Amino acid sequence: MSKFRNVKWKQYVAYLLLIAATCYFGFFGLQRSLDRITTILLEKAAVAMILAVSLNLVVGFLGELSLGHAGFMCVGAYLGAKTAVALTASMGPGNELVILLISLLVGGVAAAVCGVVIGLPALRLRGDYLAIVTLAFGEIVRSIFENLPDEMFGGSLGQQAVRYIRHHLFIIGFILVILTLAIIQNFIRSKHGRAVTSIRDSEIAARATGINVTKYKLMVFTISAFFAGIAGVLFSFTQNKVQPTTFDYNYSIEILVMVVLGGMGSLNGSLIAALLITYLNEQLQIVLTGDLAVLRGLMYALVMILLVIYRNAPALKVFREKASIKNLLAKLKTHDPSKIHDDEASWDRVPTKIMVDEVLSVDIQPQSPYTPDKQWKEEK
Amino acid sequence: MKFLETLLNGLSSGSTYAMIALGYTMVYGIAKMLNFAHGDVIMVGGYTLFVTAMTMGMHPLVALLLAVICCAILGVTIEKLAYKPLRGASPLAVLITAIGMSYLLQSMAQMIFGSADRMVRLFDLGKINIGSFRISAYTVVTLSCSAVIMVALSLFVKYTRIGRAMIAVSEDKAAAQLMGINVNFIITITFAIGSALAAFAGFFMVLKSPPVNSTLGAMPGIKAFTAAVIGGIGSIPGAMLGGILMGVVESFAQTSPVIAPFTVAIEFSILIVILLVRPSGILGKKRREKV
Amino acid sequence: MAETVLKIENLGISFGGLKAVQNLNLEIKEKQLYGLVGPNGAGKTTVFNMITGVYKPTTGTFYLCGENLTGKSQETINHKGIARTFQNIRLFNNMTVIRNVMVGLHNQPEYKCGMFTSMLRLPRHFKVEKAMRQRAKEILEVVGLLEERNSLACNLPYGKQRKLEIARALATSPKLLCLDEPAAGMNPHETQELMDIIRLIREQFNVTILLIEHDMKFVSGLCDELTVLNFGTVLAQGETKEALQDPEVIRAYIGG
Repeated sequence: MSKFRNVKWKQYVAYLLLIAATCYFGFFGLQRSLDRITTILLEKAAVAMILAVSLNLVVGFLGELSLGHAGFMCVGAYLGAKTAVALTASMGPGNELVILLISLLVGGVAAAVCGVVIGLPALRLRGDYLAIVTLAFGEIVRSIFENLPDEMFGGSLGQQAVRYIRHHLFIIGFILVILTLAIIQNFIRSKHGRAVTSIRDSEIAARATGINVTKYKLMVFTISAFFAGIAGVLFSFTQNKVQPTTFDYNYSIEILVMVVLGGMGSLNGSLIAALLITYLNEQLQIVLTGDLAVLRGLMYALVMILLVIYRNAPALKVFREKASIKNLLAKLKTHDPSKIHDDEASWDRVPTKIMVDEVLSVDIQPQSPYTPDKQWKEEK
Repeated sequence: MKFLETLLNGLSSGSTYAMIALGYTMVYGIAKMLNFAHGDVIMVGGYTLFVTAMTMGMHPLVALLLAVICCAILGVTIEKLAYKPLRGASPLAVLITAIGMSYLLQSMAQMIFGSADRMVRLFDLGKINIGSFRISAYTVVTLSCSAVIMVALSLFVKYTRIGRAMIAVSEDKAAAQLMGINVNFIITITFAIGSALAAFAGFFMVLKSPPVNSTLGAMPGIKAFTAAVIGGIGSIPGAMLGGILMGVVESFAQTSPVIAPFTVAIEFSILIVILLVRPSGILGKKRREKV
Repeated sequence: MAETVLKIENLGISFGGLKAVQNLNLEIKEKQLYGLVGPNGAGKTTVFNMITGVYKPTTGTFYLCGENLTGKSQETINHKGIARTFQNIRLFNNMTVIRNVMVGLHNQPEYKCGMFTSMLRLPRHFKVEKAMRQRAKEILEVVGLLEERNSLACNLPYGKQRKLEIARALATSPKLLCLDEPAAGMNPHETQELMDIIRLIREQFNVTILLIEHDMKFVSGLCDELTVLNFGTVLAQGETKEALQDPEVIRAYIGG
């Protein structure tokens, strides 16, 4: 009985829902009874979910703002598409799945390498400075792919991509989403994730507690970039051509909007927000044509500003607490304070809000201490 | 001769960047936030020039004055509506709001003016001959105007009551408040000045190339922002230095057909390298947290 | 004769010409409770910052159990066995109390668990998590925070936050525990309780303790030996009673 009570089913809701969705749509997809609009929507949603979850790892859990997520995706998309084209030429048709897997791996690893490269400045820089470096990185990557000679990556026209398994690609996409979620979630819910969140809360204390900040920052940037690369490869398989303009700074912002909307530090939130925004994007594209298309951007901007102000404004704190669903629910439930539950079962309560003022302040550079007058030198 | 011409071109576009970078840097120094929407204030300035000078047919200088006023009001409004409620909240929240604001301005402009370019032709500036040496009058105008503005700004910050109050607020907001400085007023003034500078930058930009669209300010904004960070954000001379450096690098990179396409990549790489060597920029103050 | 745990030789640091600490010599024996006292700005916290690797000393060296740790990084020094608390509390505010302590356990060899093991949730991961949780509970029990283990660290009252910092530092199983003003902001009752806890910790965890404190009652009631600092130089050193009766010390504190 007690064993049954201890089942932490809440942890697995997201997986169950995702698997159910995959099976449901997969079933119809295999029967070819889904229309093109739905499959495109599902493909896009899968890409967006992977991107949002992987960005949340950096923004929500490490507490560093990255504005270059589309750059990692760009690396993945280009190299994945290139690999797929090359492999198709040499292996011929019939090996679609193998080619897809190899391309995914190549794209992911290439993006992960870039993640290490961008993780290095992250060791020295924080907050706003790091944000601008990641933004710069995204632009550098894009402009390099755009301006390399046409023979390499197709120049400004874009890299030719292969479109495989048109109707079933979304199934693979959803499987990738589940894998991404599982790996990132497991990472966060382990001792390593705890180390990462401790760095977010207080880097100085984390160091003093013996956490290897360097290692964990690099690790987080690498993992996040790897999955962005995977998303890029998946994206390239949905396109006829991978075009450099796709991955501009606005795309990074769109991913960030998903993370902010879903709640920084909440993976389930990221999933929901990614789904919602992708769906809205598609629907609004149909509804708002011509000049009205601008309204979409306007709405996003407004929602983003209002949401962030509502969630963070110090003046609204009292109101927020009154209106929060959690507190309203708590009123309904009778709470027995004498009973202490272990938080073992509530791993989903990984803190979701960054309120510490110092998290993003640029002034902090604990790793490069004030240089004393004469630097101490190692005794020979 | 070619070298000198490239250098002068670089200096003139660099001083435009410097003008924008000053806005970023002043706001950062006082409000400790990156005003991502700053680049889009330039765009609003450009459209104001279009409405006043082209549609209503005003004299370009009157149009400039109106653009400056308009941008200053816009800057203050943005601060009051979006940033002020978040004072004291996490810097990440403020940064994200600023990004949202930038988006909002762009889409609003697109809604009002459409996505097509609007042409703003103010003056017909020719070329000036000095002996065998020909430079465009645009370069001369930009350089001299921005030099005057920057000197005026430095003097303002150094010698006026408000300027000194600005320095005090940037050093320590709480202490400044205790000394009777109205911090809110100082922040408002800073946003107003920064946005007014953005209007000037917009003016110079349309002098150089007439088309105005909703993303007019986006790229120069990001570049100027980079320039401010390179120079050391929060430092006024740093912003000038960073801006000029940016302009000169850009101008020289564009003379070679092989390198030209990679100009943006080079500029941003410089940023990354400089930040790695000096994490707080060239002239930035190094601060550390007390343990 | 007990073994020397911390030995500081001629340690000094200066900032922009200002000598914050100079010519500091110290020797702390095993299981000793050693106090570092002095008026505000005497350089006590700076000493802590040097021996925990936040600042690199300008001159001098320090040894932990005979090993030279001067100029090492904060992480390395912590791994070698010096743990600290902070004067202005630095907890992982958005984490629960028990997880704060579990972060402290992170580097203990018995809880080693690779990243891929965690990502794939192999049995080892669950075993380690369980063991860490158990150990964290034990540590929390010692400092008396077991009841609050699931509340967020930032929601704890001030005194308990200080205790949590001690618990977190203890979790790294240090040889030397440095407490920076542990009793600051506590009421007399809490201070008394803290004294008991500190004594208990010394016995249970077999740890040497170096502490900074202003409260003279606290210091004289707890410490075996003292070093009194003023303006970065040593005023007096030795047995607590004698050091406090040193005329120089009295002058520095009371004036005149």
